[in-house]
Amino acid sequence: MQVYRFTGDTKPDQVLNEAGEVVGSLPDNAADLALEWYPFMIFCRKFDERAQLLQRQGRLGTYAPFRGQEAAQIASFAVLRPSDWVFPTYRELAGMMYHGLEPVHALLKSRGHPDSGRMPDGLRMAPVQIAIAAQILHAVGAGWACELQQTDDIAVAYFGDGATSEGDFHEGMNFAAVMRLPVVFFCQNNQYAISVPVERQTASPTIAQKAIAYGVEGIRVDGNDVFAVYQAMRYAVDRARRGEGPTLIEAVTYRLGPHTTADDPGRYREAADVERWAAAKDPLVRLRLWLTRQGLWDDARQAACEEEAEARVRQAVAEMEAYPHKPLAEAARHVYAEVPEGLALDLAERGKEAR
Amino acid sequence: MPKWTMIEAIRDALAIALRDDPRVLVFGEDVGKNGGVFRATDGLQAEFGEARVVDTPLAEKAIVGTAVGLAMAGMKPVAEIQFLGFAYEAMDQIAAQLARIRFRTQGRFTAPAVIRAPYGGGVRTPELHSDSLEALFAHTPGLVVVTPSRPYDAKGLLLSAIRSPDPVIFLEPIRLYRAFREEVPEGDYEVPLGRAAVRREGSDVTLVAWGPTVPVAESAAVQVASQGISCEVIDLRTLAPLDRSVLKASVEKTGRAVIVHEAVRYAGLGAEMAASIMDLAFYHLRAPIERVAGLDTPYPPAALEDAWLPSVTRVVEAIQRVMQD
Repeated sequence: MQVYRFTGDTKPDQVLNEAGEVVGSLPDNAADLALEWYPFMIFCRKFDERAQLLQRQGRLGTYAPFRGQEAAQIASFAVLRPSDWVFPTYRELAGMMYHGLEPVHALLKSRGHPDSGRMPDGLRMAPVQIAIAAQILHAVGAGWACELQQTDDIAVAYFGDGATSEGDFHEGMNFAAVMRLPVVFFCQNNQYAISVPVERQTASPTIAQKAIAYGVEGIRVDGNDVFAVYQAMRYAVDRARRGEGPTLIEAVTYRLGPHTTADDPGRYREAADVERWAAAKDPLVRLRLWLTRQGLWDDARQAACEEEAEARVRQAVAEMEAYPHKPLAEAARHVYAEVPEGLALDLAERGKEAR
Repeated sequence: MPKWTMIEAIRDALAIALRDDPRVLVFGEDVGKNGGVFRATDGLQAEFGEARVVDTPLAEKAIVGTAVGLAMAGMKPVAEIQFLGFAYEAMDQIAAQLARIRFRTQGRFTAPAVIRAPYGGGVRTPELHSDSLEALFAHTPGLVVVTPSRPYDAKGLLLSAIRSPDPVIFLEPIRLYRAFREEVPEGDYEVPLGRAAVRREGSDVTLVAWGPTVPVAESAAVQVASQGISCEVIDLRTLAPLDRSVLKASVEKTGRAVIVHEAVRYAGLGAEMAASIMDLAFYHLRAPIERVAGLDTPYPPAALEDAWLPSVTRVVEAIQRVMQD
């Protein structure tokens, strides 16, 4: 009898360690990338903090904070082209904005505006998915379409550690592997599915190792290390473009905020744990340390950058609050290609109400 | 004109669609080499290749979920769920995903996929192979739900479904697959979605049926004709959205209605039809509307199904009851 056991190292790949020191292989244009990413990360951090405050003020509905996960998102989206298919969850706003989603648009979902699902025309990006793991299968289908259409575009599914407990994850991994489709499965393991820790989602020491069972490649990477995420994503995307099939990436990160504005993380995790991640592993801190060491960053640049980010957030909030209302009758036009008679009669009967 | 069974007509529609549009692909469990468990896809893989007629892993959620992604990305997926009872496995992908893409994205993306599935009883299948779940789909805004009752319609409706801008759940009555032959044109033609058909004109009672119960209603109409009762038989064909005008015109004429379906009665589509008739033609009604349906139990084991299913006798009795009022 042969017993298979995972014996691999669970330490994620790193390029920058927690002190911002280079311990792996930097991408060629590391400095240029970092100077583009870091200010955007500052903007995203401010955006996230402001959105949570707006919810507390009643100016925004339920919001799912992403702070702590900026590196995993921005560096992975940085590898994608606008013609690649992206299927995000509700916690990918940083990456989605980096990919071209206007900040005002990123706020509309929490505003409950029907146009929040209407992604910009130039992007092949699905609206945020609410059902856990459902979008993984859509990515597999879109990747299949890319292959049939004989382009070298690819599809990416973003999801969290909780999604790996769902059937859709398993069916999607298996399907894409069997059919060798150009799909990247990008898991942000942020340690919690609402209140339930990753140890209650899976008994395997890592999520990346699940790839082995499906016959695809798995990578476990430090999700708070922009360069490591970028290198891993570039590897997976290049493989997919070359027709070598899917890759599962586990980006090990941490959600610094609550699951959404509706939960209190104090009920399910230790303040010390949060502090440990916030102090030692924050992706912004780490990248700033490296940039400073390179002589590319200083306090003056930081201050200017924060001011600029602040102004941009203010602008987005102003645009969000001025965004035109869409009447129910107009939103309801998009259930079928043509409005069915029964629905049309209902809408007509409601008259003003529907507006 | 050839005389075909429904299964032959469906196969021909798939072949025409594959030939007509390079974006069409047919996939599911056993649809390739085996040609489908009912042979609906027989020979298609040999003709169109393994890239367009695809045997998938055994995974209903993935079959529907990938159809969503394929359709969003501009392909025309025609996916098969081997038996409708197994669509339960894929309900999230059907109801929460496929049906909502257009609304969720306010028209930026659409998912015009076709999900085909054999359904209905009367052929002694194992558990879960005979369930009639049309109400689940008809209750889901965004889906077009279609069920043919004869070979000519099966081909024309399926071609319309594949070319529809909306996702279509295409339900194929198992017991009608090979029940009879009908002349079916060899070429390309469409039967429009959203339109019911009047199978038999009559003046006393409107019988509303769909899929496997259309022949049951027709037989009942023939039986009561000898008693001097004239039935109009309506084959709904599209269950959602509903063709209201045919129902209205018919009940305004007859003043009586009997609805016949295989699915369990409670919260079944018969209730919706009865309510629609009330909306459309209440003041023309001369008797309470009757429903003849499956019993409110799970679909029973084969030895009990004859007693469970709506029979011609039960429909005749319902017709006689509405005629007494």
